[in-house]
Amino acid sequence: MVNAAYVIVALPLLGFALNLVFGRRLGEPLAGWVGTFAAAGSFVASLITWVAMLGKPAGMRVASLNIFTWVPVAGLHVNTGLLVDPLSLTMVLFVTGVSSVIHLYSIGYMHRDPGFDRFFVYLNLFLFSMLVLVLANNFLFSFLGWEGVGFCSYGLIGFWFQREVAAVAAKKAFITNRVGDVGFLIAIFLIFDHFGSLNYSSVLGTLVGGHPTGLMAGAAGAIPGSTATAITLLLFLGAIGKSAQIPLYIWLVDAMEGPTPISALIHAATMVTAGVYLMSRVAPLLHYAHATSWVIASVGTGSAFLAATIAATQDDIKKCLAYSTISQLGYMFMAVGAGDYADGLYHMLTHAFFKALLFLGAGAIIHALADNQDMKKMGGLARYMPLTTVTFGVGWLAISGIVPFAGFWSKDAVLDSVWQMNKVLWGIGAFTAGLTAYYMSRQVGLVFTGQARWREASPALAGAGGASGHAVGGPEARAHGPEAHGRGEHEATEPGLPAPPHGGEPKDATWTMSLPLVLLAIASVLGGGINFTAFGHFDFLNRFLSPIFPYATPITLSTATKWTLSLVVLAFCLLGLGFGLRTWRTAEHPALEPVFLRRAWYWDATVAATVSGPLRAAAAALAFVMDSRLVDGFVNGVGTVLGLSGRVVRRVQTGYLRTYAIGIGAGLIAFLAYVTFRVGS
Amino acid sequence: MSGGTYLVAAGCTINDITGKISGLCTAKGSIHISINYPALVPFFVLGGGALVVLLLSAVLPKRPYRGLWAGLTVAAGVGTVVDGLVQWQQLNGSSVTPVTLGDQLFYDHMGAFFAVLFGVATVAGAAISDGYLEREGLDGPEPYVLMLSCSLGAVLMADAAGFVTLFLGLEILSISLYAMSAYHRWRAASGEAGLKYLILGSLASAIFIYGAALIYGATGSLQYLGVVSFLADNALFQNGVLLGGMVLVIVGLGFKVAAVPFHFWSPDVYQGAPTPFVGYMAAVAKAAGFAGLLRVLMLALPTLESTWRPIIWVLATLSVVFGSILALVQVDLKRMLAYSSISQAGYVLIGLQAGTAQGVRAVAFYLFTYTFMVIGTFAIVGVLQGRGEARNDLSAVRGLASRSPWLAGAMLVLMLGQAGIPLTSGFLGKWVVIEAVLGQGQYELALIGMLGAAVAAFFYLRVALIMFLAPESPGAPAGGAVTLSATGGPGAATAGGGPSDGGPESSEPGDSGWAAGAGRAYSGSDLQAIVTAGLSARDRALALRPPPHTRVRVPAATAAVIAVCVVFTVFAGVSTPVLSWAHAIALPWSA
Repeated sequence: MVNAAYVIVALPLLGFALNLVFGRRLGEPLAGWVGTFAAAGSFVASLITWVAMLGKPAGMRVASLNIFTWVPVAGLHVNTGLLVDPLSLTMVLFVTGVSSVIHLYSIGYMHRDPGFDRFFVYLNLFLFSMLVLVLANNFLFSFLGWEGVGFCSYGLIGFWFQREVAAVAAKKAFITNRVGDVGFLIAIFLIFDHFGSLNYSSVLGTLVGGHPTGLMAGAAGAIPGSTATAITLLLFLGAIGKSAQIPLYIWLVDAMEGPTPISALIHAATMVTAGVYLMSRVAPLLHYAHATSWVIASVGTGSAFLAATIAATQDDIKKCLAYSTISQLGYMFMAVGAGDYADGLYHMLTHAFFKALLFLGAGAIIHALADNQDMKKMGGLARYMPLTTVTFGVGWLAISGIVPFAGFWSKDAVLDSVWQMNKVLWGIGAFTAGLTAYYMSRQVGLVFTGQARWREASPALAGAGGASGHAVGGPEARAHGPEAHGRGEHEATEPGLPAPPHGGEPKDATWTMSLPLVLLAIASVLGGGINFTAFGHFDFLNRFLSPIFPYATPITLSTATKWTLSLVVLAFCLLGLGFGLRTWRTAEHPALEPVFLRRAWYWDATVAATVSGPLRAAAAALAFVMDSRLVDGFVNGVGTVLGLSGRVVRRVQTGYLRTYAIGIGAGLIAFLAYVTFRVGS
Repeated sequence: MSGGTYLVAAGCTINDITGKISGLCTAKGSIHISINYPALVPFFVLGGGALVVLLLSAVLPKRPYRGLWAGLTVAAGVGTVVDGLVQWQQLNGSSVTPVTLGDQLFYDHMGAFFAVLFGVATVAGAAISDGYLEREGLDGPEPYVLMLSCSLGAVLMADAAGFVTLFLGLEILSISLYAMSAYHRWRAASGEAGLKYLILGSLASAIFIYGAALIYGATGSLQYLGVVSFLADNALFQNGVLLGGMVLVIVGLGFKVAAVPFHFWSPDVYQGAPTPFVGYMAAVAKAAGFAGLLRVLMLALPTLESTWRPIIWVLATLSVVFGSILALVQVDLKRMLAYSSISQAGYVLIGLQAGTAQGVRAVAFYLFTYTFMVIGTFAIVGVLQGRGEARNDLSAVRGLASRSPWLAGAMLVLMLGQAGIPLTSGFLGKWVVIEAVLGQGQYELALIGMLGAAVAAFFYLRVALIMFLAPESPGAPAGGAVTLSATGGPGAATAGGGPSDGGPESSEPGDSGWAAGAGRAYSGSDLQAIVTAGLSARDRALALRPPPHTRVRVPAATAAVIAVCVVFTVFAGVSTPVLSWAHAIALPWSA
């Protein structure tokens, strides 16, 4: 039954191939259904694999499935296969689950887009790559998936590549990720150098008969601390790029140029968590690298706080959520840094539910408002979109950490382990939790309550005729895109989507878009139940994962401490929530939106001034001197010499038989002459 | 086959280790030829197939059913493949080299392996010939009869246990190929190709048979095993005759595999002969020649290894170097592929030069994977060239990526495969061959092989690049590029477009400049300069002509062959079964 794991990976690949070849012919909505069924089938296969795994004793839940061995020569065995263990299975379950829901949503969202089939080609390819990334049994194969998701992310951010902003954002994401990937690649070389293998089981150890082996068993002196630190730091560099942490987080915000389902799936729920997965995967190495753990926890805390402050001042509904994602990913890294991998993954799961929900809700709102993304131009939508309001509200309470929604439990668990590691980090984390509740309440306030400001902003919707189509999507809105882009404070729009068919007031979306909202809302309410650490034996996730994290730092806090901490954090959250809701019934509070926060601490501008500019000049100079003079000169020189010699030698090929016969004869005589010297030897 | 004594005919037993015959058949006056019938099945299938086609063509009306002849040929080819595999299964576990048919044929792993190879080539060759002959109005049974007999000759060469049998196979193969080369009746180049091939081939055959005679004169045997046992038992006082014979045999077979300097025929013949036949010929003639060469050198003349290895070294080096360099300056696709196949033969010779079992297995793998790549490539060229082989120049593939993306994708894979790019079978083939010579400490040869591959990558990728050029280039027409290069050469052409675009002053502020700059770095004319680097001015214009306007029509059978070739090239490049199969060839003589 574990062999169902092959199906998990194969189905999205099949869906990708089908849509690639027949997509245009299948058209809308069939191409979308092909993609959705591939994802859903993959989810079912994951469930089957999971059940098969549950049937085994806790310590035996590891299976390795070989796909093929490449180049079986000269010591370089690259075994490509799948590793099914509790960690990869947890990832697979939520990736395929969330992904199926979002595939379904996309059918409605991408309705009447000219690139409908192309969208699902990318989406299935993304899912395949993501599954390869988490299921691979070695670093190299994982890296393949890692690059694959990066490529799909690039293609999907720039999905509306006719818009320059989208194309540039896609490129930015790609290039920023390359910086991280350098770290990942060097780490791979180091690992091969030290261990002589890239397989997870040989590098990190595995479970044999219920007992950990290798590094996982803590083989004494298995790896020097410095090597472990170097490898894990380099891997973390890759994780920073992929998971958008300080200082490589900028791309994620620009990535919001992509279609909203992409923001939900790739840039909130799944791909950006790959960094967390990677660091959890190398947990046995982290055990020997305390310095790295500290770096991870600090970077995570810093990102969480910084991104939350920025999120509190953004006008664009998606950018606000993007900064929130960076902030929440920071929490996950805090847990990983504190050695509490299971709770990091726990928060990843609950976050996937409520953040996907929030994004999809935002998508429904944007859709209903004819591609308006500026929250200052929304307001009072609760009356018009009841279902969206309720589901979005669930997401809001979940991310704000309000009892008993999913986010409360997971954030609580994360902060408990951080408390144990360092009180200062905990303080920042707890304050950020309050900040989170504040900016999310600000969003809810701006979007759903107060005056219906969208009437002035989108006259088309109010039926007053198009006097100034400022925020209405379409080509004319694009004209001011590029220059406004750098300031990060304009309302990005999503052209390419036609205005909703109804000319009147905004309303809830079609069932393909609403059903996912409901499903994710349910998950956001109940999702916390997978790991109730507070109540005795209900910590299912912890127990499921514990065999492969033998070195996780156990939480030794007393129950009283736990309760106190929970209540303190909850108080922060409620404070933020109340303040946010009260304040943001109206849209104008400049004092609460300092310019340096609106401009994201000037980080983008600093990068542009200090790194991009000189780098661009240096690159241009290099291109001129190195590339066109040296490299091209050399290559062209070789080409010319070879071409010239070829043209000279070809003169022998006269076309006359006599010349050819002479050639054969000459060769024959030369060899005969040679053997006469060897006669008798 | 189990060891020990077993019954071959009524009252007659044979010990398969000593080969000693005992029982009734040793009685005075009794002539018994031990025949192992399973070994002969490929001959029955191929020869029988040829006869059936001939007979049917006499009985049936002139144009009975479309595809009948090709179908029969494909059936015979499939039969050969199946039989080869069955033979392989039967032979698994046997450690000796059984000879059969009065010691004239080997019945061993290598023979079975090559039988499969020739069967595959026959199937593919017949399948792609059907559409071609239909298009050219040449349909008829004759080419298929020739193809089947050619394959029969090839199997005979691979199974031969002595020089006479080898020569017999060589001639059956060659004569069929002469006729096939000349088969395109209304194309003068085809007739010329056939004639050139015939005359030079006859010269090579004469050289070969003279060499065989000299070896017989020196050792008193025409059988490989006889030669080797004679040389093992007797120290020759003067071995000049033997060495001379060896050189002549190498030259004769070197001609067949088109090793430099015995390659001169091949560009002319490849260019002139009907395209699908060229694909078939490139696979079969080469593999058969190498099978013969392997047996002669490794089995009959291992004692002369120190003498023949330098000769093969020279042949390999010349083939790789000249094949690659000359392919670089060709603008005719078929000629370019001829030189490329010369350079590929060089790699096979590198494997042979190792003179080890590992080398032999590398050679077998190389030839098997090359069969798919070369037939697939010629199948594509065959459909692209259009009626009457109108367009064989490089520019025929121009813009193929937009005209016919699937075909372009297939061509790309096959080109990458022949260039030896990782994840294709071509990469693994070159890898195992070079690994084999490295095992013998031949670092220079390995280096030459790798450098040759680097040069070769250029002309394969040139084809790939031309496919992705726009069909027409409005800004810079072909003539413009020619003028540019005629005055300044390729370096100037590239530099002319480079610095002003890449310089800092032209990059725009903001992120958008990056995209535009990257877009401009390789403008159309720059790409053209890269594509045509190394060509003369006149050839540049040829290589950049606009492609034909006719729609590319791919017959179903040809499409299937191309698909299989592409899939195999990737499959054998990323997975192990084919490589393991080649590595499993039991080579008793090397023990």
